[in-house]
Amino acid sequence: MTSFQEPLQKPLQEPAFPDRAAADHLASGVLYRIRPTRGLASLNLGDLWVYRELIFFMTWRDIMVRYKQTVLGVSWAILQPVLQMVVFTLLFNRVAGLSSDGLPYPLFNFSALLPWIMFEKAVNEAGRSLVTNRNMLTKVYFPRMIIPLASVLASLVDFLLSFGVLVGLMLYYHFQPTANYKIALTPAIWTLPFFLLLSMTTAFGVSLWLSALNVLYRDVGYIIPVLSRIWFFITPIVYSTREVTGIWGLIYAFNPLVGVVDGFRWALLGSGNAPGPTLVISTIVSLIILVSGLFYFRSMERTFADEI
Amino acid sequence: MNDYAIRIEKLGKRYKLGQQTGGMARGYRTLSESVTNFARAVLRRPEARPLPQNQFWALQDITFDVRRGQVLGVIGRNGAGKSTLLKILSRVTEPTTGFAEVRGRVGSLLEVGTGFHPELTGRENIYLNGAILGMKRAEIARKFDEIVAFSEIEQFLDTPVKRYSSGMYLRLAFAVAAHLEPEILVVDEVLAVGDAEFQKKCLGKMSAVAQQGRTVLFVSHSMSAILRLTEETIVLEKGQLAYRAPTSQAVDYYMAAGFSHSGERAWTDDQIPPDAAPFRPIALRVCNSQGLPVDTIRATEALTVEIEYRLDLPITGLRLGVYLLTMRGEYVFTSFDTDQAERYERFSTRPAGRYLSRAVIPPNFLNEGRYVLGVNASAFRVRRYFQDEQALAFTVDATGAVGKQWAEPRLGPVRPALEWQIESH
Repeated sequence: MTSFQEPLQKPLQEPAFPDRAAADHLASGVLYRIRPTRGLASLNLGDLWVYRELIFFMTWRDIMVRYKQTVLGVSWAILQPVLQMVVFTLLFNRVAGLSSDGLPYPLFNFSALLPWIMFEKAVNEAGRSLVTNRNMLTKVYFPRMIIPLASVLASLVDFLLSFGVLVGLMLYYHFQPTANYKIALTPAIWTLPFFLLLSMTTAFGVSLWLSALNVLYRDVGYIIPVLSRIWFFITPIVYSTREVTGIWGLIYAFNPLVGVVDGFRWALLGSGNAPGPTLVISTIVSLIILVSGLFYFRSMERTFADEI
Repeated sequence: MNDYAIRIEKLGKRYKLGQQTGGMARGYRTLSESVTNFARAVLRRPEARPLPQNQFWALQDITFDVRRGQVLGVIGRNGAGKSTLLKILSRVTEPTTGFAEVRGRVGSLLEVGTGFHPELTGRENIYLNGAILGMKRAEIARKFDEIVAFSEIEQFLDTPVKRYSSGMYLRLAFAVAAHLEPEILVVDEVLAVGDAEFQKKCLGKMSAVAQQGRTVLFVSHSMSAILRLTEETIVLEKGQLAYRAPTSQAVDYYMAAGFSHSGERAWTDDQIPPDAAPFRPIALRVCNSQGLPVDTIRATEALTVEIEYRLDLPITGLRLGVYLLTMRGEYVFTSFDTDQAERYERFSTRPAGRYLSRAVIPPNFLNEGRYVLGVNASAFRVRRYFQDEQALAFTVDATGAVGKQWAEPRLGPVRPALEWQIESH
């Protein structure tokens, strides 16, 4: 049964260079060379494109699994931020009396809470994702980056669902204006996708770092909740950016989520100043986290299966 | 262009001790540990720094190639590097040295069920698992019906797989993997799972794959399966390629390797797994009628098998047994020291102490050839204390045995002196 075989129908081609081979390895008859990689790994993002369907399926799985066997199902994606908003309004507005830039506090809070919750969920899930999916890592090849990426994308879906509530809230204040506030949409709303993208790049960058570190050091799993608690308070969610002034304002902007939250409030509600140096700093920091995360992840990737 | 599907050259894989090499239990590092280690390393004088002696080569200097369409068997003892080799070929882990070239998609039946999520339904898992194995959505959709038919789970398609029986789960998982249609198929011991009918199906799928001109690497501990399905086999020993030959020769080599020729196998402390306690094997012997351990015994002579062992604590329900196998790995028989009802009653609990279990294999029973003895110490359905399936080998010499007037080899592992009656009417 193993004697002479007919040659494959497809012509066999030697790939021009290895990265191309990696990108095509799903195709039939293509030669792939497995060898040790050394030094700074190439990012090889082409591989992500080849596996784009897997990104879709993994994201879909993360969403499906998250709300399986819950009574309320996907409505949790909406309930979680709404409940938090109610608590924060009672606590920080009614009791502590924090200012809200002249906006109704629920709106002020909710517009920041949405990108924050997306970020928090993404980092929480993605940071642990490699360890949770270890049986996949030790058995099949695929670009490992897909696992944290899918967690980040899954929280984007949650975001889009809860965004509907924000729209409802805005409509409410539109038709029931308070004494000193009436909602008015500005053309700035078209910049919203940029701020959404900024929060996602930050979330993905942080997730790459944490998930790769978590393979080596399980401590990371314990650090993540602490980290996100601290991060919550250094982001202007329950209070206004105006509370942070002078040189502190610029240092503050090193937290990319400051740029995100300010941007959200500016684009949606027309509150606060138009983005300036703060946004530039936030964007640069976010990109640094993302790019360094990509390289760190790639360089760790080669030992994932052995270390996990 | 060379007509090979896999070409491996000087391939090596080094692990740090404690890294994953298989099913071994291990801990993981913690950040605090690393920080203190780092501080210690910085503070300590250089000469006191530990050498990287905690490393070992799971694979070393492996060079071989596989022709397109060939079915190549891979055999070796546990820890010989078989799984590491497969992991490198399926790109799960990177080699440390050398390289491997593979032509086309590598699918492995060691990925059966990878990424299956218990909460998702059968239908959802087919798509998910297919995507993980590298199938395009259109490809999965095209093969969907075939996969479902193969797995025989039609009516449970929309049930979460956590409610599946293990058999159904396995069938579905295998069905997806089997329809991947890779150019190179890697099969690792998958045949050890599932019922007999399912195993037959798996083997059938494998031969079908081979007949389509695809390349198969077949890793197994079952010599009979290797002999049936492959024509050429490589033997791995301690991470190195020890032998490559037509399968029957390779199997002979493998079965013969590493046996002493003294008629005795003694176990040293480091050869006994810690979980064998309180059972401790001491030695297994094959003795002739004078009671001396021998490597070669005549077929016409009675042969005594004795197992010497110690119990550090009393054990209830313990049975000591031997397997007798041919060099091809076919079982001749299995026998336990408490098989007989009277002994089963008397030794229901054995107190701590030193023991010798001895049995006589009658003369005129075994055919000529070389045989392997294995040992098993277990309490039925409670625990297996110790098992060594290839503990000792010995040779049976048929000089003077029945039928020797014809100088021809006799088929079969036994050569009984049957009392024939010949009647003429």
